[in-house]
Amino acid sequence: MANPISLSVTAAAIGTTRAELSGPRGARPKRAISPRNVFIYGTLLLVSVYYLLPLYVMIVTSLKGMPEIRLGNIFAPPVEVTFEPWVKAWATACTGLNCEGLSRGFWNSVRITVPSVVLSIAIASVNGYALANWRFKGADFFFTVLIFGAFIPYQVMLYPIVILLRELGLFGSLWGLVLVHSIFGMPILTLLFRNYFTSVPEELFKAARVDGAGFWGIYFKIMLPMSLPIFVVAMIIQITGVWNDFLFGVVYTKPDVYPMTVQLNNIVNSVQGVKEYNVNMAATIITGLVPLIVYFVSGKLFVRGIAAGAVKG
Amino acid sequence: MTSVSIRDLTLKFGSLEVLKSLNLDIDEGEFLVLLGPSGCGKSTLLNCIAGLLDISDGQIFIGGNNVTWSEPSERGIGMVFQSYALYPQMSVEGNLAFGLKNARMPKDEIAKRITRAAEVLQIEPLLQRKPAQLSGGQRQRVAIGRALVRDVDVFLFDEPLSNLDAKLRAELRVEIKRLHQRLKNTMIYVTHDQIEALTLADRIAIMRNGIIQQLDTPHEIYNRPVNLYVAGFMGSPGMNFIEGEISGAGDASFNVAATQIPLARYPFARADRPGKAIFGIRPEHVSCGAAAMEEPFSTDVEIEVVEPMGADTLVWAVLDGKEFRFRVDGQSPLQAGQTVRIGFDPAKASVFDAASELRL
Repeated sequence: MANPISLSVTAAAIGTTRAELSGPRGARPKRAISPRNVFIYGTLLLVSVYYLLPLYVMIVTSLKGMPEIRLGNIFAPPVEVTFEPWVKAWATACTGLNCEGLSRGFWNSVRITVPSVVLSIAIASVNGYALANWRFKGADFFFTVLIFGAFIPYQVMLYPIVILLRELGLFGSLWGLVLVHSIFGMPILTLLFRNYFTSVPEELFKAARVDGAGFWGIYFKIMLPMSLPIFVVAMIIQITGVWNDFLFGVVYTKPDVYPMTVQLNNIVNSVQGVKEYNVNMAATIITGLVPLIVYFVSGKLFVRGIAAGAVKG
Repeated sequence: MTSVSIRDLTLKFGSLEVLKSLNLDIDEGEFLVLLGPSGCGKSTLLNCIAGLLDISDGQIFIGGNNVTWSEPSERGIGMVFQSYALYPQMSVEGNLAFGLKNARMPKDEIAKRITRAAEVLQIEPLLQRKPAQLSGGQRQRVAIGRALVRDVDVFLFDEPLSNLDAKLRAELRVEIKRLHQRLKNTMIYVTHDQIEALTLADRIAIMRNGIIQQLDTPHEIYNRPVNLYVAGFMGSPGMNFIEGEISGAGDASFNVAATQIPLARYPFARADRPGKAIFGIRPEHVSCGAAAMEEPFSTDVEIEVVEPMGADTLVWAVLDGKEFRFRVDGQSPLQAGQTVRIGFDPAKASVFDAASELRL
């Protein structure tokens, strides 16, 4: 502090230059708890609880024995964890005359779902490709009729289809149901594929034509390899739809080829004897597991496919 | 010998006539540029030649064969698109081989052709890459290569350089010209960029509303445009247009208010002299200062704005109350507000009939 005057002068000089430097600079600081964050995360939390609570109750109940359930505390975790309800639901629960659990329905559902999904996607993707890239005469009319089909309530068509299947000799068989599912998947799937293929640059299609590729050549060598995401989307939509279907399953099949959903209903809604809530819960979870797994495995592709289709079309 | 020949080509979308009874003959080895603003039908015409659009009427001949009803792949053409249109899931090699595989060509022949094309376009190190791993210029090269391997007579380019940045565009432009000189194929090139057209073309066809306005060498199109539209479309900055009247039969002159431009040296294309006319002179054909005094016509103008562009400077002036642009050397000391003497040779001008807009 020997020379206070000169020191204060330099300080003032520095002060003027520092004034510009000391203002806000760089990235704006973010507060972890701001009204915006509280609102967003609060809402997310609330909605997740709302949707996950029933699942929690189901899982907890399915792991309890009947005496524990009778106590009535549905939110309480099981005191004594037992997997017996799961085993019973899968292997020994009775539906009507036979007592082999859901396992038979599960395999029936697999046998219905796999061909339905493959068939409907194969046809719908070619439909969509033809509608998007080969503007044949009457394409718009065909497309309009197809989309119109998506808006007719299924119940209206139930009985006519019964007659149709009877005439075809497919009524009551597994293949009849496969056919029905494939047809009913057509409008939405065709729309999905058409919109996706429309978003593929037209020049790519033109280039392939100049290169001498025909209808199937372009489809298999150019379009198909480019559209994995949309195939996954279609698969998820179709697997979920077919697996969860109850109405067509109960109307068009016989008891020995009932899909899982119909069997589940028969287990849960059986009116005689004690209502075994734990078995019902386990059976319901098992039934819902397949679409859930499909979604978790391919969810990322699903989102990508939906977004890709949404850009244009 | 004629390579591509188009007879009375008409294309309608519903009631809308996109191409109107169009005739065009392209010689073997010629580089023809279709030039015009967007929506003039130039890309549509190219798609018709390629067979990607079904035409409503007329005929198309390529290499002497009537290909009007042929599939694109049977026409002996290769096409390069603006967006490259490379097959994203195939490697560069796969892209080049796709057309040949479809033609069921033997494997060793395919390999031979790919090697040759890759060498011509200098894309040998890229053959195993996917299109996504290439830069814009490399992609366009591969797209050209795809046309090259097919060993076709006619190359069709649909605005191939429009997606590239200015520097790359200039480079690839030269490369395409070099390629043409080397291969000597017939090339039809669609663009809206007049620099590309002027630099590349043997002949330019300027299109508007589905009609070819003028089909001629770049020099003729630039210096002797057949109508007002072509004159205005070519050149940047555009031609100066002055409305006025022609008087006198032998030693005619062009009169605007107080100014009289002698037309004695102007090479009239027609004998008739309508009264009202439009006089056009390009900014680069105007000289200024001392040089102006030596021109057959000179006058004083007031400078409004000076735009230095490096190599040269564009001057916006006022002539008889009308906007008038001229180009001077980049080192010129001219400034706004000055009055300066300008002059030009009417022999370099273009005069159009005001009513029909055709060249006089």
